[in-house]
Amino acid sequence: MPGFGEFLDVALETLRDVFPIVAILLFFQFAILRKPLPNARKLLLGFVYVFAGLVLFLIGLEQALFPIGKLMASQFTAPEFVGAVPGEAVDWTDYYWVYAFAFAVGFGTTVAEPSLIAVAIKAGDLSGGAISAWGLRVAVAVGVAVGITLGVFRIIVGVPIQYFIITGYVVVVVQTFFAPKLIVPLAYDSGGVTTSTVTVPLVAALGLGLAESVPGRSPLIDGFGLIAFASLFPIMSVMAYAQLAEWRSKKPVAGEQKKEGIPHEI
Amino acid sequence: MSSARDLLPILFVIAFFQLAVLQQPIPDLFNLLIGVLFVLLGLTLFIQGLEMGLFPLGESMAHAFARKGSLLWLLLFAFALGFGTTVAEPALIAIAEEAAEVASDAAFIGDTEAARDSYAFGLRMTVALSVGAAIVLGVFRILKGWPVHYIIAGGYVVVVIMTALAPEQIIGIAYDAGGVTTSTITVPLVTALGVGLASSIKGRNPMVDGFGLIAFASLTPMIFVMLYGILI
Repeated sequence: MPGFGEFLDVALETLRDVFPIVAILLFFQFAILRKPLPNARKLLLGFVYVFAGLVLFLIGLEQALFPIGKLMASQFTAPEFVGAVPGEAVDWTDYYWVYAFAFAVGFGTTVAEPSLIAVAIKAGDLSGGAISAWGLRVAVAVGVAVGITLGVFRIIVGVPIQYFIITGYVVVVVQTFFAPKLIVPLAYDSGGVTTSTVTVPLVAALGLGLAESVPGRSPLIDGFGLIAFASLFPIMSVMAYAQLAEWRSKKPVAGEQKKEGIPHEI
Repeated sequence: MSSARDLLPILFVIAFFQLAVLQQPIPDLFNLLIGVLFVLLGLTLFIQGLEMGLFPLGESMAHAFARKGSLLWLLLFAFALGFGTTVAEPALIAIAEEAAEVASDAAFIGDTEAARDSYAFGLRMTVALSVGAAIVLGVFRILKGWPVHYIIAGGYVVVVIMTALAPEQIIGIAYDAGGVTTSTITVPLVTALGVGLASSIKGRNPMVDGFGLIAFASLTPMIFVMLYGILI
């Protein structure tokens, strides 16, 4: 059970994070806009919920998911687990469990990421249901999973990060031309929202563990960069998801025509 | 209980890899279950609070600024929101400290505590400034109705050029800095601000014009951090 001291620590820390935001909002609301808050009671209650929710969320993560997640990350990257012999080079294919773990952790943590939930709710509301909040989140999670897996591969083979990222940029720009216009800004945004509370600590543990155990890598230089992968690939996967959805919504029309053409098939 | 659905994947991942692949028992199962219960409760409360507090406040302020019609105050608000929410971000503080260690290792800066501290502080300010600038640019874009992808593509070109110029040790950190700046409270607020602005200005579509602020906020730190690496 988390003790009272832990509660207090996390609560104070969260308060410190929330304080500047609340101060800015209040200052502009009262000093510049000079308006009373609409529905002040409900807003206040909402803020209390957000604060209490975050505190509980963070305590739960510290208590449950982070210790075991980090432990597992270090176990999967340990040379003994991979089967490395000291002094011998390790083939990148020996790390298959690391790839599987990276993919799964990327997907699982992103689905639980609160800021992504927030953006997905907003997008679902605005599009009037044309974009499903859940579909968007799964698309983003797949993007993060692929990104982190590729990032792990990069740490293992030791290719400079910029080659991957710049190639990714080219893909994003090309995709932008073909993707439905409505999705483009949302797709760009989903790159930034994926990596916060849940994903960063686990992914950082994975990157650091790998950079420490793969021969010839330095944790200080090669341990970084996974977050960058996790923020780039969702842009692609969300645009791909939208393209797929557009393509599928056109397909039934084509299918009907086909049915009319060949009636005996029905 | 949609929060339960949100947590299922990560729980499944942990159970599968721990039990089936590593073939070890789950340590401290009781604590794990308590923790999961906390996460569940926290997530449910957070989402409830979002819809009651953060979203409506962000949107009502955006509407009020649009009606007030003062561009200067709106842009100042945008800057304050970006700068203020980033400067105290714990993930950023952590990454700035690690970056200072890298720089000290590579002998860019002296091997003293004071040199590292001032480097880390400078880096944090740089990133916070860059996020402030990003939100200002993003708000300005919404007002003007510029398409988001031209600016992002332009930003990518700048990132590529800076990558060629920046010292190699800073590149990984710079790329990561883009992802860590946007925290759990900033994202809903900034999204509500963008969507609120886009929906209160005639001729703007909240879907097309309202999103994109976060994208700017994750792109500019990369550029600014590399610039910092070149200058220092």
